[in-house]
Amino acid sequence: MICTSCGVEEATIHLTEINNNQMMEIHLCEKCAQEKGTEFKTHFSIGDILSGFIDLEDAATAGRKKQALVCAECGSTYEQFTKSGRLGCASCYTAFSKLLLPLIKRVQRSVQHCGKSPEIAGDKKGSSIQSLRQLREKLQKMVAGEEFEKAAQLRDEIKKIEDKKKKKDSNE
Amino acid sequence: MSKVDVFLDHTAEWLRGGDADSNIVVSSRIRLARNIEGYPFIQRLKDDDRKEIIRLVSEALQKISQTRDLYYLQKADMSDLDLLFLVERHLISREHAAEQAEKAVAISPNEVMSMMVLEEDHLRIQAFQSGFQLMETWRIINQIDAELQKRMQFSFDPVLGYLTACPTNVGTGMRASCMLHLPSLVLTKQVHKVLQALSKLNLAARGLYGEGTQATGNFFQISNQMTLGQPEEEMIDNLVSVIRQIIEHEKEAQVYLKEQKQQKFLDQVWRALGTLKSARIISSVEAMQLLSLTQLGIQTGVIQSQISRQDLFALFLLIQPAHLQKLAGKPLSSAERDLYRADLVRERLRKLSL
Ligand SMILES: [Zn+2]
Ligand SMILES: [Zn+2]
Repeated sequence: MICTSCGVEEATIHLTEINNNQMMEIHLCEKCAQEKGTEFKTHFSIGDILSGFIDLEDAATAGRKKQALVCAECGSTYEQFTKSGRLGCASCYTAFSKLLLPLIKRVQRSVQHCGKSPEIAGDKKGSSIQSLRQLREKLQKMVAGEEFEKAAQLRDEIKKIEDKKKKKDSNE
Repeated sequence: MSKVDVFLDHTAEWLRGGDADSNIVVSSRIRLARNIEGYPFIQRLKDDDRKEIIRLVSEALQKISQTRDLYYLQKADMSDLDLLFLVERHLISREHAAEQAEKAVAISPNEVMSMMVLEEDHLRIQAFQSGFQLMETWRIINQIDAELQKRMQFSFDPVLGYLTACPTNVGTGMRASCMLHLPSLVLTKQVHKVLQALSKLNLAARGLYGEGTQATGNFFQISNQMTLGQPEEEMIDNLVSVIRQIIEHEKEAQVYLKEQKQQKFLDQVWRALGTLKSARIISSVEAMQLLSLTQLGIQTGVIQSQISRQDLFALFLLIQPAHLQKLAGKPLSSAERDLYRADLVRERLRKLSL
């Protein structure tokens, strides 16, 4: 394949550029690619795959709602999101949830976060323990090391977190 | 002299090597996407907000013992060449380099930790380790994230997790990746099978600098695709077990080349070194490909190594356009770079004999 920029050299670098939501294949020789440098700022990114997903959305059901959906917090519309793949603010997730959640489900195969959360992350003691599993591992070690007093405290902590989690789960 | 030049003089920590498989898994990297509560996401952010966030982050980093010594560089501190240099070192993304509005980047002196401020999300925190050390990388970044969260509140939803500008990052906001050097799988034309399998496992593969399937120098970055629905450690565990298998495949392919294709393999490896040791003009793509084969030659004992693993892997970095120009101390045109690159490679490989 010949370089699309100079039309002389063999193209060795193949880029996918997103321009006005249009995907363009660009084939460049090494020299032209280097001269262009960071001109090609958007390589094929996950956000663009997402726009692809949005296009697949059933236009009949989504079309009418799309127009009307506006985030009261930042003024972004759902339509703007479908174009850019970027949301305007944290509240957009709530404002657009009807259309956004099915989309997230399709892309992420889940709509439930199970990772770390700020409560545990910002633990006052400054411990780096983040997940229940890590806490349980620590508990086992404490028991093995016969640090029973500490282990009892940790067990209560784990129970509290688990109860919180259960409450959260049953609320859905 | 640019503030960025401090990094030129030393080898990045992630190139150091270490464990036995660090010839195959060159480095491990994890990044977390975070947004500060109370500010809109990047697209809706006003200029004053941008300045405010840059200041807030700077203050927070000052208060955390692990981040106090980070270099904090703002837009005005960095030329276009500096930005490209940081892209080549994987410290910032191309998108962040191209951003025209106010932005900042924080980098630890050993380059283990870096943070892009005002990229696609307010914060993109990154930890980097050499070799196959994803769990250790997670430990580092998790701790920094926890320290930051004592000082600032991140946008978080109990159901969806950490909220990000793009829903492809929502939840953990985590992208864990390893840089793999897979010359044998490429030479035996098996790498496509591996890449196909990865996509079925919902893992993503990119080239050294995020390019598509065209992987220069036989480098592949392999990362998790989804960020929601699993705890971070589980996502990392999945990635680790898949990468373990890829390591085995690469080793098998190495044995196959050495034993079944011996003559052809020796020819390829020695020609690669021969070209590198004699070329007067060389492009970065060609140099990377030949360096990759040379490294494979050393790894398999075909070429007697009189050069450290670290120095050889560092060459992959030094021959990139911005690094060459920093080394030369002046701007070089593309044609001048090809000359300078050839000189540099011959000089650095002088200890390897044919
Ligand atoms: Zn060209
Ligand atoms: Zn909004």
